[in-house]
Amino acid sequence: MRLDQFPNKFPKLPGVAPIWHGTVDAQEFRNLCEQVARGGGKLVALWGSDEVARDAGYALHVSLVTALGMLCLSLPIAVERPTFPDISDLFPAANRMQRAVADLLGLHAAGNDDHRKWLRHGSWPRDVHPLRKNFDGSAAFTTETDAYRFVPVSGDGVHEIPVGPVHAGTIEPGHFRFSVIGERVLRLEERLGYTHKGIEKRFESMNLEQGARLAGRISGDSTVAYAWAYAQAVESVTGTTVPPRAAALRAVLLELERIHNHLGDLGYLGNDVALAFGFAQFWILKEDLLRLQGELFGHRYLMDKVVPGGVACDLDSSGCDTLLKFFGHLEREIATLKNIYDEHAGAQDRFLTTGRVSPDLAAQLGLTGLCGRASGQAWDLRAQFPCAPYDDLEVRMATHRNGDVAARVTVRFEEVMESMRLIRLLLKQLPPGELYAAPGDAPENVLGLGWVEGWRGEILVALHTGKDNAIHRLHPHDPSWQNWPVLEHAIIGNIVPDFPLINKSFNLSYTGQDL
Amino acid sequence: MYQIIKQILKTGIKTETPPAPDDALRVEAQHLQGEILRHLGGALAIRCVDAGSCNGCDLEIHALNNAYYNLEGLGIHFVASPRHADLLLVTGPVSRHMETALKRTYDAMPEPKLVVAVGDCGCDGGIFGTSYATCGRVSNVIPVDVAVPGCPPTPIALMQGILTAVSGETKAGKT
Repeated sequence: MRLDQFPNKFPKLPGVAPIWHGTVDAQEFRNLCEQVARGGGKLVALWGSDEVARDAGYALHVSLVTALGMLCLSLPIAVERPTFPDISDLFPAANRMQRAVADLLGLHAAGNDDHRKWLRHGSWPRDVHPLRKNFDGSAAFTTETDAYRFVPVSGDGVHEIPVGPVHAGTIEPGHFRFSVIGERVLRLEERLGYTHKGIEKRFESMNLEQGARLAGRISGDSTVAYAWAYAQAVESVTGTTVPPRAAALRAVLLELERIHNHLGDLGYLGNDVALAFGFAQFWILKEDLLRLQGELFGHRYLMDKVVPGGVACDLDSSGCDTLLKFFGHLEREIATLKNIYDEHAGAQDRFLTTGRVSPDLAAQLGLTGLCGRASGQAWDLRAQFPCAPYDDLEVRMATHRNGDVAARVTVRFEEVMESMRLIRLLLKQLPPGELYAAPGDAPENVLGLGWVEGWRGEILVALHTGKDNAIHRLHPHDPSWQNWPVLEHAIIGNIVPDFPLINKSFNLSYTGQDL
Repeated sequence: MYQIIKQILKTGIKTETPPAPDDALRVEAQHLQGEILRHLGGALAIRCVDAGSCNGCDLEIHALNNAYYNLEGLGIHFVASPRHADLLLVTGPVSRHMETALKRTYDAMPEPKLVVAVGDCGCDGGIFGTSYATCGRVSNVIPVDVAVPGCPPTPIALMQGILTAVSGETKAGKT
C-alpha cells in the first residue's frame, strides 16, 4: 500500500484531530513505517496491549505523523511468537519505547540487538510483565539489585562520572553516566525509570471518568496538556462534542501553562549562568501568574480544570480584565528582561554554541516540541493541524536553526509572547454558552486518541476502551521519550559544568517518561 | 549593569511575612527528636528528594525560593548533599525504584534529622497508591516527622510544614 492512500483505506477516528487508524500485518506495518520515515514523517508514540482475554493475542500500536495527518497502526501479535518488526533503524527514538514494551508486556522487537531492560530496574523479575492482564497490580516482589550494562568507554585518560538518581538540585531522579577526558564529555548515557509508579496499570483499574484525575498527574508541569489529551480521547470514543466556550477556555488554560513553565525556565536558565537576577525576576512574574491562576480558576497549576466533556471552571468579564491587565505588565517586564539577557555578555557567552543540536541531527533523531523548533524542526501541532479553537487563531510558530541553549532561550521568549497574543484573541471573542457536555457511554473495544501541543511538545493519549466505560488500556505519551536520547548527543564535546545548563534548556520530564 | 540595577530598584522588596507553625500537621506516631532548634542554631539545611512524584509538588518547592516566600531569608536553604542536611523533604509516593536511594539519602544524613513528607502522595500514596511499582506513602520507607497534604500543597503550607518540624517541642524520640 502506498502511504498517501491511508486516508482512503483506513477509517478516520471520530473527534477533532485528523487521525486515521488501521490494523495491518507485520509486512505492511514495516512497509508503512519505512514510507513515513523516508517521507520525513515522525514517530509520535509506540505502545503495546494485551488482548488475550479477547482471544486476539497481543498487539503493538504506533502513531506516525505524515503531511496528511496522524496514522495509527495496530499490529496483532500471536501469543506463541510475541515479536514485532524492529523500527528503531527508521526512528532511533523507538529503541527505548520498544524496550519498555518488552519490560511491561514481554513483546520483543525482532532483529534489534539491544536486549537491555529500560523501565524495569530490580522491582519485578525479567519474566514478569506488569501490563499483562494476568498480572496482579498490587503484587510486590523482593527487590533485586538493578544490574544494568552501560556502554563502556575506554582509552588513555578516560574516566566515568556517575550522577544520580538523587541530584544536587531539586529535580526529578535519573542517572547520568558521563565518560570524560578532563572536563570534556566524550559520551553521556542516561538511565531512567526511577519514578516508574505503574501509571498505565493504574489506569486499567479505573473507568473513563476516574481516569481524568490521574491523567492530570502524569507530569504535573503539563497537567492541562495531559488532561486535554485525555479528554479528547474520551470525547472521541463517546462521540461527545465540546461546547465552543469550553474549547476556547481549554486553549486559554493550555497557553497559561505554557507561559508559566517558560517563565520558570527562563529564570532558571539565568540562574544556571550565574545571573541570579534573572531567577529572582522571572520567578516573581511566575508567582504573580500562579497566584492569578489560583484566584481566577481555583488552582495554581490548573489541575482538574479540563475534564472530559468540557471544563470545570469559567472566566467572567472581570476575570478577563484582570488577566489582560496582568498581561500588559508581564509584556513590559519580559521586554525589559529580554533586553538585559541579550545584552549580558556573561550570560550570552554561556548560552551561545552550548549544547548544540544541528537541524540535521535533530531531524535524524526525531527531536520534537520546543527543543525541535530551536533546531529547525518547524513543527507545532497548533499550526500544522489546528483543531478548535486554534483553527481560528493562525498560530505563529517560533523556529530557530542554531539549536544551542541560546536558541532554546529565544524560542521560549517568543512563545511566551505568542501565547499572550493567542489568549488576548481568545478572550476577545470568548463564545457564550455551556461549559460542559456530559460524555455518553463508550462502546467496548474501540480506540480513541488525544493529541495536544503542550509546552514541552506534543502529548498523545491513546485510550482502548473496555466493558462498561472501563479503561482496557491507556498509554500517555510524553515528548520527553523523543528528546531524552537527543540530550545525550547535545552534551558531546561540551564541558561537564555546562550539563546542568543544557539539561535545563531541554527541561524534560522524568515522570512522563518513566510512567 | 545600569539596566539590572534599575530593574532591581523598580521591583522593590517582594518578600512576605512567613506563616506560623501548625500543630495539626505533626505526625503523632513519629515525634521529632528534641533539642533540634538548639542544634540548628537558627539555620536549617534542607535536602530535597523526589522519590517518584508527578513533579507537581516539586514545582511548589521551587516556588519557595522565589522572592515572595524567600525561604533563604529565614535561614533555610537547600543543600546538594544529605551530609549537610538537617531536614529531608520528600515528594511523591516512593517508587520501588527509588526506595534504596531514599533510604541511603536518609542514612547519609547526620543526627539529629527531620523528615517532612510532601503532598497527598507523600502522606498516603495519593492517586498512585501502593502497587507493584510504588511503596505508597513516605513513612512506609523512612520515619516521617511532619506530613503536608495537598495536591500540590501551596508554598505557604510547605513553609508551615517545615517550620512546624523545626519548632517541635522536646519529645521522647522517634519511634
